[in-house]
Amino acid sequence: MAIVAGDAARLSTAPEPAWPVSPGPLAALRRAWRQLVSMRTALILLFLLAVAAVPGSILPQRGLNQLKVDDYFAAHPDLAPVLDRLSLFDVFGAPWFAAIYLLLFVSLMGCLSSRIPLHVRALVRRPPAAPRHLDRLPHSAGYSSPDDVEAAAASAHTRLRRDRWRVERRNEPDGVVTVSAEKGYLRETGNLVFHIALVVLLAAIALGGLYGWKATVLVTEGEGFCNTVNQYDAFEPGRLIDGSDLPPFCVELDEFTARYQPGTAQAASFSADVRYGSGDAAPTTAHRIKVNAPLRLDGTRTYLLGHGFSPIVTVTDPSGQVFTAPTAFLPADDTLASTGAVKLPDARPAQIGIDGVFTPDRDLDDRLGLTSLSPVPNNPALSIRIYIGDLGLDSGEPQSVFSLDQRQIRLERLNLAKLAGGRPARVVLGPGQSAQLADGTTVRFDGYQEWARMQVARDPGQLLALIAASAMVAGLLLSLRIRRRRVWFRFVPADPGKPSARTVVAVGGLARTDSDTFTTEFDQLTAKAREG
Amino acid sequence: MPVDQGMATLSDQLLVATILAYTVAMFLYAVEYAFGRRGHVSVAATKTRVLVGAGGPPVEDTTADDRRDDVPEVGSRIAVVGRIAVGLTVLGAGAHVGSLVCRGLSVSRVPWGNMYEFTVAVCFIAVAAYLVLLLRQPLRYLGAFVLLPVVLLLGLAGTVLYTVPGPLVPALDSYWLKIHVSAAVVATGIFLVGFTTSVLYLLRERYDRRTQAGQTLRFPTTLGVRLPTADVLERGTFRVIAFGFPIWTFAVIAGAIWAEAAWGRYWAWDPKETWAFIAWVIYAAYLHARSTAGVRGRAAVALAVLAWGAMMFNLFGVNMLISGLHSYAGLN
Repeated sequence: MAIVAGDAARLSTAPEPAWPVSPGPLAALRRAWRQLVSMRTALILLFLLAVAAVPGSILPQRGLNQLKVDDYFAAHPDLAPVLDRLSLFDVFGAPWFAAIYLLLFVSLMGCLSSRIPLHVRALVRRPPAAPRHLDRLPHSAGYSSPDDVEAAAASAHTRLRRDRWRVERRNEPDGVVTVSAEKGYLRETGNLVFHIALVVLLAAIALGGLYGWKATVLVTEGEGFCNTVNQYDAFEPGRLIDGSDLPPFCVELDEFTARYQPGTAQAASFSADVRYGSGDAAPTTAHRIKVNAPLRLDGTRTYLLGHGFSPIVTVTDPSGQVFTAPTAFLPADDTLASTGAVKLPDARPAQIGIDGVFTPDRDLDDRLGLTSLSPVPNNPALSIRIYIGDLGLDSGEPQSVFSLDQRQIRLERLNLAKLAGGRPARVVLGPGQSAQLADGTTVRFDGYQEWARMQVARDPGQLLALIAASAMVAGLLLSLRIRRRRVWFRFVPADPGKPSARTVVAVGGLARTDSDTFTTEFDQLTAKAREG
Repeated sequence: MPVDQGMATLSDQLLVATILAYTVAMFLYAVEYAFGRRGHVSVAATKTRVLVGAGGPPVEDTTADDRRDDVPEVGSRIAVVGRIAVGLTVLGAGAHVGSLVCRGLSVSRVPWGNMYEFTVAVCFIAVAAYLVLLLRQPLRYLGAFVLLPVVLLLGLAGTVLYTVPGPLVPALDSYWLKIHVSAAVVATGIFLVGFTTSVLYLLRERYDRRTQAGQTLRFPTTLGVRLPTADVLERGTFRVIAFGFPIWTFAVIAGAIWAEAAWGRYWAWDPKETWAFIAWVIYAAYLHARSTAGVRGRAAVALAVLAWGAMMFNLFGVNMLISGLHSYAGLN
C-alpha cells in the first residue's frame, strides 16, 4: 500500500524540494520557503483571510460610504481614530489585509511551481507497472478466460482504450502479460487551472485598481456632460492614471422617468433617455439607460445611480433682471423631500440667496411644507427662506452648492428678507405661485425638472476577471467531479506450455480519492472484461 | 402587474401544510431512529462479500458496506414508521413546490425575490437533495436531522421574514435574478445538507472518542450510538460540499456579473459580497483541510460547520443587522 500513502501525500501537500541540507542563512531561507508553500500554511492563511474580511463588513468602509464613516467618528470619537490607524475603515486596502492575500498567493505560486512540472511529467508518463499482489488493492477481482493470454490481453486493452483509459501493456516472465490503465488526469489539470485562474483573477483586479477609474456627475434634464475630469462632480482615478486621456464622448440627458406601482410609492422602474456622441460627433444617438442596463461606450459604462428633483425658481430682482433655472436639490430621505439652495450673486442691488425644501408629494397637514408623503410628484411644493445680502462667494472658501453659507447668516451679512406684508420671507409655494418681497423682488416656483446621478466607470481588468472566474468554475468542476483511478490486469496462462490454453486473470483497482464510488465502475469494468 | 390574491393565499396555505407534513415526518423519523434495530456497526464489521471468480482466486471485498445496515429489517413495524415518514416528506415537498409555484404565479415572476421567498426556496432544495440522496442510499437516519433545520427555517420564514407578495424593486428586475439567486438558493440548500452531516459526524466522532476513553456520555453525544460510522459521515459531508462548492462559486461570480451591470462595479466588498467571500473561503479551507494529513477529520469538519455559520450570517445577519446594497436587506 505504499502507493496509496505516497499518492495521498503528494495530492495533499506540496512535494518537498530535493535541496541538499546545508547549514547557514540559505538553509534557513529554504526552510522558511518550504514552510510557506506547505498546505498547512496555506490553510492558516485562508482562514486568516476569512477572519480578516469580517471587520470590513461590520465597520463602515470608506470605499462604500464615507458618510457612514463620518457618522462613526462622530459617535465614537475616542475609538474611531484608533481603528482608523489600524486601517479598519479601509480593510480591503489595508496593508495587513494585503499581507495576508499576498502571502497566500506567494504560497500558492510556490505550490504551483512544483505541481505543474509534476503534472506535466505525469501526463507524459506511462501508467505504472502492475503491483505484484493485485488482490491486496482496495478493489480487486479475478476471473478465468477461455482465450489465451494474447487474445485476452488484447481484448482488455482495446476495451480500455475505447473507454478512454491510458493503457500500457507489459510482458512479465513466464508468458505473463499485464495491462496497466489510468484515467482522470483532468482532475489535476482542473485543479491547476483553478489555481492559475485565481492568480490571473488577482492580476485582473490589480489591473482595474491601477488603470481603472470612476466618476460621478449629476445631470438635470436638458443638460449633459462630456467625459473629462473637470466636468465630473467626483473623479476617482486608479493609481497609475491621472485622467488626462479619457476616451472622448458626450452624453445629454433628455428625460428621466421614474415609474411607480399604481397607487403606491414603490418604484417600478427608473430610466434615463439620453443621447450620446463619441469623439467629436454631436450627441445624436439615442439610448435608454436603466438600472440594470448601463450605456456601454468606448470601454466605459455609464450607469444610472440615483435621481432627484431640480425645482425651477424664477427670481425678478428690484433692478428688473430675471433669473430662471432649475437647481438640483439633494434628497434627504426615501420620500425624496430634498434640500437645496438657489444662489444669485448677480442680483442687484444685493445678492439673493434662497434655501429650502422641495417636497414632491406635500403633506398638506404640514403647514411648513417640509414633509413629503412619497417620492411620486403628485403635489409638488417648495418651502423656502429668502435671504438678501452677501452670499460670501468671494471669500475664496469653497461652499456647498446645496446650502447657503451659515457663517454669513450668523454674521448678519446675509439676512432673511421681508415679504411685502412685512412678515419674514418664509413661504411655501405651489407650482406657479410666487412671493413678493418688500423691496420688490418676486420669487416664483415654476415647477421642476428631474435630475439623474450618473456614474461613468472604466475597468480595463474586468473582462480578464470574467475569463479567469469562468476558468475557475470549469477547473473546480473538473477537480471535484473527476477521480484519478488506476486499474491493472494480469493475464497468467492457466497451463503454461500449452499454446491454446485458458487464461487466469487478476484485476486490481485503485482510486486515489473517493474510493467507494469507484466500486461500481470497477465492478462494471470487471464484468465486461469477464464477458470478453 | 397586479398580485393574484387567490394564488398568494393558496401559496401561504400550502406552506402551512408543508411545515405540518415536515414536522410530523420529523417526529416519525425520530421514532424510527430511537426504536429502530440497533448495532449496525458490529454488523458492518463482520459483513464481507466474497466474489469468487471461476478459476481465479477468491477475492474478499472487505470494504465496510455499513450504510446499508442502519435501516431496520424490512417488514419490521418500526420500518413502517420510517416509510410513512418518507411518504410524508415527499408529500410535504410536493406542497412545498406548490407553495413556491403559487407564489411565483401570484406575482408573475420567479419566487425568490425577497428574503422570505429565498429561505423557503433554500429549504426546498435541502429537502429535495435529501430525497434524491435517499433514492440512491438508505439515509433515513438523516431524515430527522435534515428536517429539523428545515422546519426551523421555514417557521422563521413564515413568521419573522414573511413578506406580502409584491412586484420586484427595479434593482432586482433583471434576468440575473433568475441565474444568480437560483444558484445561490441551490448552493445554500445543498450546504444545509452538508451542515447536517458535518454536525452528525462531529457527534459520532465525539461519541467514539468518549466511548474509547471510557468516559460517560451525555446528550447530545448519546445520539452518536445510532449514527453511521464517522468515516461514512465524513465522506458524505465531503461529497455534499464538493457538489455544492462549484455551484456556490458560480453563484458568487454570477452575482459579480450582475453587480457590474447594476451597480457599476463587479466587486466592491458590499457586506453581502464580503460574507459570500468569507463563506467561500472557509469552504475552500475545508476542502483543502480535508486533503491535508493531520488536519483531516474533526478540524476539517469543524470548518464546514463554521462555513455554514457564515452562510447563515450572510442570510440573516447581513440582511437584518448590516444594511448594504442588496435589496433583500431590510425586511420591507
